[in-house]
Amino acid sequence: MDKHPLELTVNGSRFTVEVEHRKTLADTLREDCGLTGTHVGCEHGVCGACTVLVGGEPVRACLMFAHQAAGRPVRTVESLAAGERLHVLQQAFTDHHALQCGYCTPGFLMLIVGAFERDPDIADGELIEVLSSNLCRCTGYQNIIRAVRSVQDQLRGRA
Amino acid sequence: MQPLRPTRYIGKSVTRLEDRPLLTGAARFVADLDFPHQLHMRVVRSAHAHGRILGITTTEASALPGVVAVWTAADLGDLPPIPIRATAIQGLPPYRQPILARGRVRYVGEPVAVVFAESAYGAEDAADLVVADIEPLEPYLDVCRAPAEFAPGLTSEPTIIRKGYGDVDAAFQRAHAMVALDLSVGRHSAIPMETRGALARHDRARDVLELHGAAKRPHWNRDQLAEMLSMSPARIELYENHVGGGFGVRGEIYPEDVLVCVGARRLGRPVKWIEDRREHLLSANQSREQHHRIRAAVDAEGRFLAIDETLLHDQGAYVRTHGARVADMTIGLLLGPYRVPNYRAVAHYRLTNKTPAATYRAPGRFEGSFVRERLIDAIAQRLDLDPLEVRRRNLIGSAEMPYVRGLTALETEVILDSGDYAGLLEKALVWSGWQAMSRQAAARRAAGEAVGVGFGMFVEKSGLGPSEMVHLTVHADGTVEVVTGASSLGQGMETAIAQIAADTLGVDYRSIRVLHGNTNRIAFGFGAHASRVTVMTGEATRRAAEAVRAKALAFASELLQRDAAALDVVDGTVVAREGGGPSITLGQLAAQLAPASGSRGDREPGLAGTAWFHSKHMNYPYGVHMAQVAVDRETGGVKVERYCVAYDVGRAVNPAMIEGQIVGGLAQGLGGALLEEFLYSEDGQPLSVTFADYLTLTAREMPPVAVLITEDAPSPLNPLGLKGAGEGGVNAAGAAIASAIDDALQVAGLVARLPATPQYIRSRLRELEGGAA
Ligand code: FES
Ligand code: FES
Repeated sequence: MDKHPLELTVNGSRFTVEVEHRKTLADTLREDCGLTGTHVGCEHGVCGACTVLVGGEPVRACLMFAHQAAGRPVRTVESLAAGERLHVLQQAFTDHHALQCGYCTPGFLMLIVGAFERDPDIADGELIEVLSSNLCRCTGYQNIIRAVRSVQDQLRGRA
Repeated sequence: MQPLRPTRYIGKSVTRLEDRPLLTGAARFVADLDFPHQLHMRVVRSAHAHGRILGITTTEASALPGVVAVWTAADLGDLPPIPIRATAIQGLPPYRQPILARGRVRYVGEPVAVVFAESAYGAEDAADLVVADIEPLEPYLDVCRAPAEFAPGLTSEPTIIRKGYGDVDAAFQRAHAMVALDLSVGRHSAIPMETRGALARHDRARDVLELHGAAKRPHWNRDQLAEMLSMSPARIELYENHVGGGFGVRGEIYPEDVLVCVGARRLGRPVKWIEDRREHLLSANQSREQHHRIRAAVDAEGRFLAIDETLLHDQGAYVRTHGARVADMTIGLLLGPYRVPNYRAVAHYRLTNKTPAATYRAPGRFEGSFVRERLIDAIAQRLDLDPLEVRRRNLIGSAEMPYVRGLTALETEVILDSGDYAGLLEKALVWSGWQAMSRQAAARRAAGEAVGVGFGMFVEKSGLGPSEMVHLTVHADGTVEVVTGASSLGQGMETAIAQIAADTLGVDYRSIRVLHGNTNRIAFGFGAHASRVTVMTGEATRRAAEAVRAKALAFASELLQRDAAALDVVDGTVVAREGGGPSITLGQLAAQLAPASGSRGDREPGLAGTAWFHSKHMNYPYGVHMAQVAVDRETGGVKVERYCVAYDVGRAVNPAMIEGQIVGGLAQGLGGALLEEFLYSEDGQPLSVTFADYLTLTAREMPPVAVLITEDAPSPLNPLGLKGAGEGGVNAAGAAIASAIDDALQVAGLVARLPATPQYIRSRLRELEGGAA
């Protein structure tokens, strides 16, 4: 199959790549942009390990073709920390033991960051709904929920 | 001057050393690795559950641009089948899995051919063009039916395992009462979020075969691969990268691991294989599918006189690395915390035309606890006793420890090393507010809701030997390097091992770097499984750190002109215990002990030490699960409203990580109790091949979980008293949920199989209503 040129903006940087039309955004980020923090767990939109933000919205990067992301800013887990300083959500994850193997973690981080950017006052029930769209096989979710709640408080200036 | 005190790390919930790369996307899972000029491998799999291979056509696939090779079994020569590691049971070798199917296919998903191509997408395209001509044969799918034929002259029951002691028949004759149950557990699997993967390269410069993506048992796998490929183990290196969960399934030798190695050697280019999820659900080890016919003889007070158990174990299509271990340990560990004077167990180990089976977190115990605790409930019902009272009467007392079971499991004698089972039971009841929980459930039932509580008690096992070795080195900058042959599957072992080393040595745990899973850094290793790492590597680490500490103090005492007993190591610096005076850092001592250092004198070079820990026996943590559920009578849906786990781990190195293990294990246990199951059609077609069919728990279904970690019964088998914590969260989940559903619906014995799906509960209710009418 033929490769076609494509320009992607990922984490504020421009990537000029050549990929087949059928190549997913997840594979392109990983293989052509060298951003392997985005993981693939099912390739059919269920597990959420591949969640990234496209145009500010959480998206399953395994369900989107790279060419569909042309012209829309993409953000991946690699964008969160500022040098040595972790993003508050990353810090909350480590403080609350919200990760074990860490395979699902980038997907959860991007899912939650996206959800909070859309609605910082997201209701608790809704938050659980949002979290239930990604799978984790290690933690039993309890510590992920704790971590997110602690950040939620910070974001609302209560902590 | 204030004397300095060393910081203690054991027992503290410090944050994990592993987290930063995992949080920032810098981690390296095997799929994240690439080598220049690598090829991509794709496996062609059988679409039939059972059939004779008439021919495999590869011409069209081979012709596709970018395809470098397409192989079938004929191309592999006499490559041996997948080896067996874990069993002393005889008669299994003829049932091992060939690397590519030979003559017959025996499950849907069995590798029949393999494609090597320039790109992963291209390899997949080519694999679709390989045509396997297969004459279907009748599949054997139900182990409750008489065994079928595996191959001419071989039945599909390779072995029957027998265990027991005492005179069971006599006990049944004098019994006050007898209860008999027929119970079963469905097929589940670990389903780590990272699928399997492997990347092999033959480094011709060094004449070394490298295999990246190893996990769980790197050293054993290296030795087996060496034998299969007729190479020296000295010419094979296995590298463990980040691993996205294991739970028993990841890191065994599978056909694909062998194929990437053969491919890399023969084709002279690196070969990468990354499994997709559908393949994973068809071909990684599955587990749990068992049928139990169990009978108990009891006296008038509900005390066990005897248990008579028949297990029908569904092994799937082939014997893999674990041999018959799961069936064997199911009956070896079935009795849990109870005193059973007479016991007879027979395990029928049967091969079926389904994906091969092996271990999955708490193998044989998730199933066994379900069966045993169902039996307790049935005895209580039969004698009209409180099930908790029946438990109390049968629990082995702490004064009876160590308690020799007279049984074996995992090729060791089962000797319960320590435990206060009754003590934990009472503690857990008070801590969880069990009385109030039961009362509230009853009140809600009186108001028309179907709410109930359930209880399950269990004994786990951990710390499997035989041995583990650790090298510990202090570098001149003060960094401490711990090298172990154990491995990590994401459970936080680096942190736990660092905590133990830090306390023993007197350094900050963050100054410790734990290296694991690389066969070229250490000659021996027994891997990560059976909740053994904290115990085995932990104790070896403590010993190595003791040795290094003694060396450091001896040298420092000369340099500082103080008695070694008057010195301590605080945060990496040797200081006087009473405070004040000169001090020297471990890094400085290491620099002065460097081989070329002038101040070394005749002392052994390096501030380093090596230690072994050997253990012939496992140790036995134990716990209690308590569940509260609400059942929807219409839909049969079960909502777990609340869950409590109390677990005695002997000594908790990092309580937050242990809690994480328990809650995470519980999510898998609840999945197995309520949702997860690999289903097959009548002709052996798997029906659960995506995450849409094989359902695991999400944040929505997970109940709030309270965890009580106790340290009442340290293990006498190691000085820190450590027991493993990896499997207690799964163990009794099926037991507690079944009991809670019975209670909610006020039907004793309603749940006789897991998972208790909505369909199952509805059909049981109909069945029982029909029976009552
Ligand atoms: S990999 Fe995209 S949702 Fe699972
Ligand atoms: S931490 Fe392992 S899958 Fe979530």
